[in-house]
Amino acid sequence: MGKNISITINGKKIEVPQGTTILEAAEKATFHIPTLCYHKDLCVAGNCRVCVVEQVGNQRLLASCATPAEENMNIITNSLKVRNARRHIIQLLLAEHKSDCTKCYKNGNCELQKIAADLRILDQEFTELKTWKAFTVDKHSPSIIKDDSKCIRCQRCVRTCAELQGVNALSVSGKGSKMHISTFMEKSMVDVVCTNCGQCVNHCPTGALVEKNYIEEVWMALADPEKHVVVQTAPAVRVGLGEEMGAKPGTRVTGKMVSALKQLGFDAVLDTDFTADLTIMEEGTELLNRLKMFLANGDKNVKLPLLTSCSPGWIKYLEHMYPEQLDNLSTCKSPQQMFGALAKTYYANAKKIDPESIVSVSIMPCTAKKFEAERPEMHDSGYRDVDYVLTTRELAIMIKQAGIELLQLEDSKYDSLMGDSTGAGVIFGATGGVMEAALRTAYEIVTGREVPFKNLNIEPVRGIEGVRSASVIIENALPGWDFLNGVELKCAIAHGLVNAKNIMDKVKAGEADFHFIEIMACPGGCLGGGGQPIPTNPEIRRKRTEAIYEEDEQMTIRKSHENPEVLKIYKDYLKEPLGEKSHHLLHTKYTPRDRY
Amino acid sequence: MESYHLKRIDFIFKNENDWKDVLSRALASDKQLILNELMESELKGRGGAGFPTGLKWKLTADEKSDEKHIICNADEGEPGTFKDREILTQVPFKVLVGMAICGYVIGALKGFIYLRGEYTFLMPELEKAIKEFEYYCKEINFKFSIKIFLGSGAYICGEETALFESMEGKRGEPRNKPPFPTKNGYLGKPTVVNNVETLAHTYTIFKYGAKQFYDLGVQYSRGTKLFSVSGDTPKAGIYELELGMTLEQFVDDFGDGDTKAVQVGGASGFLVPRKLFSQTIIGFKGKLEGHSLPTGGSMMLFNSSRSMFNVLSNYLYFFHEESCGQCTPCRVGCQVLLNGINEVKKGERSTLYLDKLLQLTETMKQTAKCGLGQSVANSFSSIVENFKEEMIY
Ligand SMILES: Cc1cc2nc3c(=O)[nH]c(=O)nc-3n(C[C@H](O)[C@H](O)[C@H](O)COP(=O)(O)O)c2cc1C
Ligand code: SF4
Repeated sequence: MGKNISITINGKKIEVPQGTTILEAAEKATFHIPTLCYHKDLCVAGNCRVCVVEQVGNQRLLASCATPAEENMNIITNSLKVRNARRHIIQLLLAEHKSDCTKCYKNGNCELQKIAADLRILDQEFTELKTWKAFTVDKHSPSIIKDDSKCIRCQRCVRTCAELQGVNALSVSGKGSKMHISTFMEKSMVDVVCTNCGQCVNHCPTGALVEKNYIEEVWMALADPEKHVVVQTAPAVRVGLGEEMGAKPGTRVTGKMVSALKQLGFDAVLDTDFTADLTIMEEGTELLNRLKMFLANGDKNVKLPLLTSCSPGWIKYLEHMYPEQLDNLSTCKSPQQMFGALAKTYYANAKKIDPESIVSVSIMPCTAKKFEAERPEMHDSGYRDVDYVLTTRELAIMIKQAGIELLQLEDSKYDSLMGDSTGAGVIFGATGGVMEAALRTAYEIVTGREVPFKNLNIEPVRGIEGVRSASVIIENALPGWDFLNGVELKCAIAHGLVNAKNIMDKVKAGEADFHFIEIMACPGGCLGGGGQPIPTNPEIRRKRTEAIYEEDEQMTIRKSHENPEVLKIYKDYLKEPLGEKSHHLLHTKYTPRDRY
Repeated sequence: MESYHLKRIDFIFKNENDWKDVLSRALASDKQLILNELMESELKGRGGAGFPTGLKWKLTADEKSDEKHIICNADEGEPGTFKDREILTQVPFKVLVGMAICGYVIGALKGFIYLRGEYTFLMPELEKAIKEFEYYCKEINFKFSIKIFLGSGAYICGEETALFESMEGKRGEPRNKPPFPTKNGYLGKPTVVNNVETLAHTYTIFKYGAKQFYDLGVQYSRGTKLFSVSGDTPKAGIYELELGMTLEQFVDDFGDGDTKAVQVGGASGFLVPRKLFSQTIIGFKGKLEGHSLPTGGSMMLFNSSRSMFNVLSNYLYFFHEESCGQCTPCRVGCQVLLNGINEVKKGERSTLYLDKLLQLTETMKQTAKCGLGQSVANSFSSIVENFKEEMIY
């Protein structure tokens, strides 16, 4: 870093490193400047102009998010001139916007609404344009609703799709009054390369991009006495849900969430962590099989590296962008879909419930899971395996609708069957977690010893860098695995699809000699998923990550292969990983897709 | 018989077949001397903003970078401006020489001409000139090449940073400044962007010396300028005139005897009513007597048959379409203004609404991201304030 700069903000003199923006400097000096197009995850756009400030002696106002602090600048963040300009800008946005706040899905969590409230904009100074009437709401995607009438053209979604995800499904088109956020050839979100990851939803300040919600459908199922409604909860939900209720980021609410779900009327509250553990058994075995064919049998046609398949946004991305690499993808379904297939078979059998009457709901940090549940392959139980997928946010809405004070609830335990989990299942929610869980199990299967890391915490695979790699050398392997003796097992981890692209380009070019790669579509992994509480930013994701690892540490069982219910299901039902039943219920295939 | 009030000057279009000499001579001289000459001439950019050209070149020359660029801005999109086309048609070599000398001074090996899409018909002749030019450069061992880049019809792409985006294959949206182009321009490298006419003037300066140029015009506004004259005038066309004339002198010469107002500087410029002709000076801002108006050279005359409401409405229509649409004050502001004057005209809102709109243009001036949004206030306030009755009745 270069030298420090001294700048005065509202009379307060502070020092900041060179390159600091006025906005960042003001934050440091504890002055709040409202922003809309600015987002900590994204590059600076400077297009909403809400963050303007006055530089003494300058006729023009400066966009504080986009202007670097300079030596001896004298800045006022709230002069009359600034307040007038800011009021005008919000008035303009409101004149353009379809302002039916009380009927809006984002009512109460809208940044435009919040600034309008903070500034007490009480009148409509400029006549409304009503140009939003020209837009039709795109409701065709199973995951995302795009409503341009709510759009403020901040381009956060466009930057998200390009910078974080490298997908570029969203772009700007038209100029002047016709400028709007569009897709390739103005097609519906369902017909373009959109991966349904929902990061655009997570980064949208208003109600222009929201998840497609299935709240009413779930209420109807709960109200139907003929139906047995089971719910599964993904690992990352328990470290996010609290935020929706006003808790600090990183608050774990696992037991309270289970209580709330029971109060909502679900007949069985079960855990996706269980099938996360099952995934480790299946995927771990798949990896070891491929390694065996490659190393012991010398079969050079084996597809390595093996790519994880838990993240449906990532899967769709691969289907669009690297269809030739689909054979590298693990054939394992995601934990959600394994759960769905088992709920209407294994669970129904054991509980003696007609699978026809089971409604299978999942609570996910993810919008892509909505799409995944709709995939035609996902009917292996003979029914639709997962009927409704709700995001963490939708669950929060239901809890509020029911008047439940989540944070006041006592903890409850998950129901059984398929309610047992381990620390390994929990860490699926963080980037690197699947890798860590897989290593804890695979290493032990192969060597008979625990992974050689203190407390089972495989620190090298943890962290926030977009692409990480690590390796373990296998020594003293058990009989049957001697071909692995001395082998350096190389793995890599990527999160955020733009990082997936980095690593896949290397794989495609034959420049990556990894054996196993974990990829999660969303920044931070599922805890930063497109269905998690809004806002999201690096700091919030860091807090949620800490919570995930805390949750892992306080579990008594922390290895997937020790999950008692996992052992039981293999004994009673599946027989063995990659066995015939597993193959039928827990594995799937993929579809190459176009690149546009 | 025609009566000339203002002296016609002929530097730019003068046919001079000595471009090779001018170039060779410049390339043989010291870079600092060339910069000094340019700065002494006090040439200011002719694209509208009037930034001192010598300083722009110097700032770029001072940047350390493995790559730099010189771009000739031939996007000529300002309504009522048509001089750059004529320069490129008649004296293309002057522009090419200007670019090459700039390249030599700042250390750029590549030059680009960003040509307005509608000027595609100029391509064949221009390409021919470039070929001949590059051939000569090779002959004298000067490494410099020029490429034409064709714009695609958006006014905003004439704004220098939007122009970079467009050249980089992106959507033509202005960038945040700072960083300025002299530091971070095309492909992130230090870049000089100059208007076609600015470059043609550098030719004059390098050939005849700074003094010849400096002696024309007035303080703060030296030299001559091409004016694109249009509207209610018997003498529509392109004229090279000295800067510093009053609008009264101009109208005496070019008006039809019934001039009610002149729009100076195109849609983004100012409308001057008759009562202010005598105090309005055509030139760059400075401590001159009276009100001075900078201009890219568009002079549009209106006689008493014209409705100023329609004139303003046309400009606003232009802006609401040609704004890139990225920033709030400009995108929404232009639409609110356009609707607003219609609402007042139809009596749907009271005349007090015009004051609110005037305040809005003030905000646009202060907060819009680029020159387009910032300058909407110019025509709006000068028309509304001077012709309020025409806005209402
Ligand atoms: C909306 C907008 C449009 C512009 N269009 C042009 C143009 O068509 N030609 C031009 O030379 N400059 C145009 N400019 C000015 C350029 O940004 C830039 O200042 C100029 O090319 C610099 O050259 P000069 O210093 O030689 O004038 C435009 C500016 C704005 C804000
Ligand atoms: S002022 Fe207008 S043209 Fe300029 S950046 Fe803003 S919207 Fe685009």
